[in-house]
Amino acid sequence: MMGYPERVLVTKIGFDGHDRGSRVVAAYLRDAGMEVIYTPPWQEIAAVVNLALQEDVDVVGVSSLATDHLILPELVGALREAGLHHVRVIVGGIIPQNEQPELISAGVSAVFNPGATSQEIVETVRRLAQEARIAREAAEIA
Amino acid sequence: MSTEPTSRAERLAQRVRDGDRRALGRALTLAENGGEDGKALLDALRGDIGRARVIGFTGPPGAGKSTLVDALIHEWRRKGQPVAVLAVDPVSPISGGAVLGDRTRMGAHSLDDGVFIRSVSARGHLGGLCLAAQDMADVMDAAGWPLILIETVGAGQSETEISQVADLSVVISAPGLGDELQAIKAGILEIADVLVVNKADRDDAEQTAKHLEAMLSLRAGDKQGVSVLRVAASTGLGVAELCRVLDDRLEAAGTDRAARRNARKLAIEVQRLAGRITESIAGKDIGSLEPEELERVVKQSLAALAAGSRN
Repeated sequence: MMGYPERVLVTKIGFDGHDRGSRVVAAYLRDAGMEVIYTPPWQEIAAVVNLALQEDVDVVGVSSLATDHLILPELVGALREAGLHHVRVIVGGIIPQNEQPELISAGVSAVFNPGATSQEIVETVRRLAQEARIAREAAEIA
Repeated sequence: MSTEPTSRAERLAQRVRDGDRRALGRALTLAENGGEDGKALLDALRGDIGRARVIGFTGPPGAGKSTLVDALIHEWRRKGQPVAVLAVDPVSPISGGAVLGDRTRMGAHSLDDGVFIRSVSARGHLGGLCLAAQDMADVMDAAGWPLILIETVGAGQSETEISQVADLSVVISAPGLGDELQAIKAGILEIADVLVVNKADRDDAEQTAKHLEAMLSLRAGDKQGVSVLRVAASTGLGVAELCRVLDDRLEAAGTDRAARRNARKLAIEVQRLAGRITESIAGKDIGSLEPEELERVVKQSLAALAAGSRN
């Protein structure tokens, strides 16, 4: 059991300000009983890392509609550098199919394309949050 | 249980004391969730608690609490004062989930190492938001944060609850809130040390301020010197003055805060005990209960309280 609600940071990095999608996803997750820390768009990587750390989130969800997904590997690296190895990163939005394998190999846990259902998103986030907590637990005991 | 969890709590406590921000984030989760891990952590930090000053901010939705807290953070940071914040947001009564959006108005500080903001859902904290907030503030205190701001949802009981946790309570209102303002009037006089009329750049603000001042003048003088301050958080009007007043008030509050904090915490625990007992005998006629039953209720309640479980 999770014990307490999943904590998810929903954010946008880079220069694109179209935040309708991230708002909708935030509402899905809330309605599934999760605690969503929501930020406005235009976040810097270092800011996202600080937020993830202060808010002790399990999952960072990034909405990307205009190539901002290209800096996701940098975000994953920065999270790990800050010691947040357990935090899972997911992305949703407009991500060209041929660029997705690269994101996954860079450590992004899931990519959601247009048409992804709320159920799909909620179930994936729940599973990843579970994974994150198990990973952290293991690290703390070690 | 083996001794392992205790040493784990002590390891985390040490990292918190050393100023490890990741450890603080983690420790706040444990404190928020209560239970054995949280209790072990707070026990390990016990000796480092009691130095910080805590200011509570409350007021009806739309009064501009987050914007004002943001403006005050800027002001304190200008003076070089580090600030930690607990930002409480409402919880969905249906799903138990929450969108914690205070970051939207406090986003300017996410790259500042002198600011640590933690969003808190007003989720059904077993034992009450108040106790969770107290424990979380204690953890921030132990981590060395000298000034802690707690911003609460302004509806219902939490505003008076939070005054038990804070050294100083600021109640924020604004013109044009109509019934929202009416709703907080009943409790306002009891808890406010400082009253802020936000959005004071609006034409009808003076009327709101005058109204509050009139209410204060009618009050029997148990709590002295409550100020009504006019502020426009969005333009910065009056923010420096408010900050100065808050600093002065904290100064005047003296050095016996640790003792008062303990007294407050005790009061909260007694409330919890009373609540638990009331719950246990709900719907029953006390007079008709067997002595054994009554004793059992009291013992179980005490035991649960001692165990630190918030179930």
